[in-house]
Amino acid sequence: MSRQFMKGNDAIVVGALQAGCRAYYGYPITPASEIAHAAAMHFPALGGTFIQAESEIAAINMVYGTAGMGIRTMTASSSPGFSLKQEGMSYIAGAELPCVVVNVVRGGPGLGNIAPEQADYFQVTKGGGHGNYRLITFAPNCAQEMCDLTVLAFDLADKYRTPACLMADGFTGQMMEPVEVPLAKEVPYDHTSWAVAGTPETSKNLISSIYLESNDLERHNLKLDAKYKEITANEVRYEEYLCDDAELIIVAFGIVSRIVYSTIDEARAAGKKIGLIRPITLWPYPSGIISQHAERDVQFLSVELSTGQMVEDVRLAVNGRAPVHFYGRCGGNVPSGDELLAEYDRILEGGRS
Amino acid sequence: MKIVEKSLSFYKEFERKSGPHKETTHYCPGCGHGNVHKMIAECMDDLGIRDRTVFVSPVGCSVFGYYYFDCGNIQAAHGRAPAVATGIKRANPDSIVISYQGDGDLAAIGTAETIHTANRGENITVFFVNNAIYGMTGGQMAPTTMIGQKTTTTPRGRMETVHGNPIRMAEIIATLPAASYVERVAIGNSKHIMKARKAIRKALENQVANKGYSFVEILSTCPTGWKMDGPDSRDWLIEEMTKVFPLGVLKDDADEREGDWYRPVKGFEPAKRDTYLGADIPDEVIEKVGLKQDLMCKFAGFGGQGILTLGLFWAQVGMRNGLHTSWIPSYGPEMRGGTANCSVNISEKRIGSPLVEKPNALVVMNQPSLELFEPDVIDGGTIIIDTSIVEGRPDTARLNAVLIPATEIADEVGTPKVANVVLLGALAAASGAFTIEQVEKTLRATIKKKNLIDMNMTALKRGWDHVKNGG
Amino acid sequence: MTETVQKDAPFIEITGELCKGCKLCIDVCPKSVIAISEKLNGSSYHPAYYTGADCTGCALCFYACPEPAAIRVVKP
Repeated sequence: MSRQFMKGNDAIVVGALQAGCRAYYGYPITPASEIAHAAAMHFPALGGTFIQAESEIAAINMVYGTAGMGIRTMTASSSPGFSLKQEGMSYIAGAELPCVVVNVVRGGPGLGNIAPEQADYFQVTKGGGHGNYRLITFAPNCAQEMCDLTVLAFDLADKYRTPACLMADGFTGQMMEPVEVPLAKEVPYDHTSWAVAGTPETSKNLISSIYLESNDLERHNLKLDAKYKEITANEVRYEEYLCDDAELIIVAFGIVSRIVYSTIDEARAAGKKIGLIRPITLWPYPSGIISQHAERDVQFLSVELSTGQMVEDVRLAVNGRAPVHFYGRCGGNVPSGDELLAEYDRILEGGRS
Repeated sequence: MKIVEKSLSFYKEFERKSGPHKETTHYCPGCGHGNVHKMIAECMDDLGIRDRTVFVSPVGCSVFGYYYFDCGNIQAAHGRAPAVATGIKRANPDSIVISYQGDGDLAAIGTAETIHTANRGENITVFFVNNAIYGMTGGQMAPTTMIGQKTTTTPRGRMETVHGNPIRMAEIIATLPAASYVERVAIGNSKHIMKARKAIRKALENQVANKGYSFVEILSTCPTGWKMDGPDSRDWLIEEMTKVFPLGVLKDDADEREGDWYRPVKGFEPAKRDTYLGADIPDEVIEKVGLKQDLMCKFAGFGGQGILTLGLFWAQVGMRNGLHTSWIPSYGPEMRGGTANCSVNISEKRIGSPLVEKPNALVVMNQPSLELFEPDVIDGGTIIIDTSIVEGRPDTARLNAVLIPATEIADEVGTPKVANVVLLGALAAASGAFTIEQVEKTLRATIKKKNLIDMNMTALKRGWDHVKNGG
Repeated sequence: MTETVQKDAPFIEITGELCKGCKLCIDVCPKSVIAISEKLNGSSYHPAYYTGADCTGCALCFYACPEPAAIRVVKP
């Protein structure tokens, strides 16, 4: 391990390489292009593959091909490009292939702008493509996590044979911070039971998501569902800060969680009992810890760079037992610390719901 | 004795096929797909490539290619077979990859993938089965449907002015320099079929010899979609289709390319990656610097003055002295008034927001930045101004001002470009958080052009001394 | 439904149950030694059959037939 100062977007590529990702396929888009730049520089230098595909659609299907061979592979994009990848991601989930897809979210809908938002939450966590599938989704909030969660995403994608996603934002992508670069690992995984690797031992295997008979497709869906339940039981990750005595628990992820974190000590110094729950996995969602806190006299506030998406999952977890508030900015605006502190006051004084 | 029979590259029984008939295909009577399948399977037998072949089944009637071919099978989304094939071939260049596609798949929804895969010269083999209609979805118009041909979506016949013309994919592919071999064949009669066998063999031999991208368009039939019986459909193919889609070799320079298109995976060893990324370099032992307060700095100026680099230097001074640091450039709507700016936090504690909303130190290199950011600086904070450029002066009743003609000093040192380093020296001195040796060490390690180190050290010292000696 | 043939002469075997009655083999046979059966097979097709003599073993019927296993050509 060594400590290096790097951009979040670059840290993703470093994490991918150290996780044993051997092929990167992508299409340029702001603010995710640095990931492609770094991949173009590093993958070929190490004997891996980089292709600038003709489209996001082609890129995700190249990922499908390489993932089908049992080789770690990835693509990265930003919101409009991520939308284009949805068909391929549904196929990847349906065919149970492991891969990592990064979405450095920008402002939408439509062309929107290149500034940070978190408004792809629904698309990412609820299955942006067709059919019954889920996407393991990580929400890094610093350069170190951009690296480490990429490594973890590859590991979990392999473990469950399912696509995993990093949902970042323009800030976490552009920000530079010290990163402990992890040592590279061999991929300790035997793919021969399912991959089609162009080898004699895998020549009987089939990668497919087609099940013509209704009973077969239902069985396949139930199998996927069982897998998603297992992931939900085992892979929830979150960070909790000063929640035990909190009267108001803020729920925030990504860059917003950093801003909220900065406000908490200030609020506490003024005698206000504020805490933070930061989902690190957006799917599976940390409903358990939110539900646990909802048992006592507490209020929740979801702060997002959207008009209110994750707040729905907070409400589901709270299930009517406590007030759930929402505060959001969008279009590339981020809430200032002062803005948030004023919002906390309004809620604690009962002025808003 | 010579026996011509079912190829070994077909499964003995088609167990993946639903229903009771495990030895026949799912194709309609007289359908050309079966003929093409047989020719491919025969060739896989002859070339001994079955074990390492990956057959990419697209969407269309041949979506069930994996019922039949006893090799690795990957089913692809509609039109995406060449992209999937690219991902397969790049992952294992020793595999033999067959992208088997119909006219809707290859020439309509997957046109982009088709053309760009050919344009990259992927070392794969594409078999394009053109039967001028959509079979599986119910006899709709294909991009290759003939003018006048009636389909379920051209009930009055295809018209040029409404639907465009049948598209000649082989001709289009043949214009691409990276494509090695492009031929159009047919299965209209026995002569056609014998030629088609040769073309299919050549296309696969090319791949085995790493001669690059091969494309064989095979004019085929859809008796059901065309509403004809087997022999009539073959006659119609010969009489109508070959007029619009002439048979023959459109391009063949494969023999000049032997081996050129092999893209081996050369090592990906963990140790190699560690060395390349510097993951195996042990960290220097750092004596952690204590801070009296968090350093929340904003750096602002015109783009090109090195203001963002100054922020980077400063952040790394923090990192190399054992502190938490973050650097973030102005981004999105924050970028305003023609200024470039960045926020740098240095703290003993974990850093919350990387955005510095209320700096306790501000370094400005142009007038608009002073006007824009001075009000944000907290009472008692420090403003460092390059007086060579900035005319305004801050409110000294509220703030500590460090006035330094940084650009002029830099010019004396050697070039105005090191004005940012002069300011780094000034900031380091004014902050009182680091010794000049600590800053020098970081700068030395951070500057990439080693011949410029001496000049930078001088610039740093001049900035430092300017503050320490009271200007 | 294998036909028996003269010793040492080329012949074809048509497995009637695998035939879909498309007649392409009949169309290409240079010796016109393949015909369509009046009986239906298990899949309700009138299958082709070898009339029993004069096959040259040219195998054109094999390649004209879309089915992988319906026709087998033997040339002693």
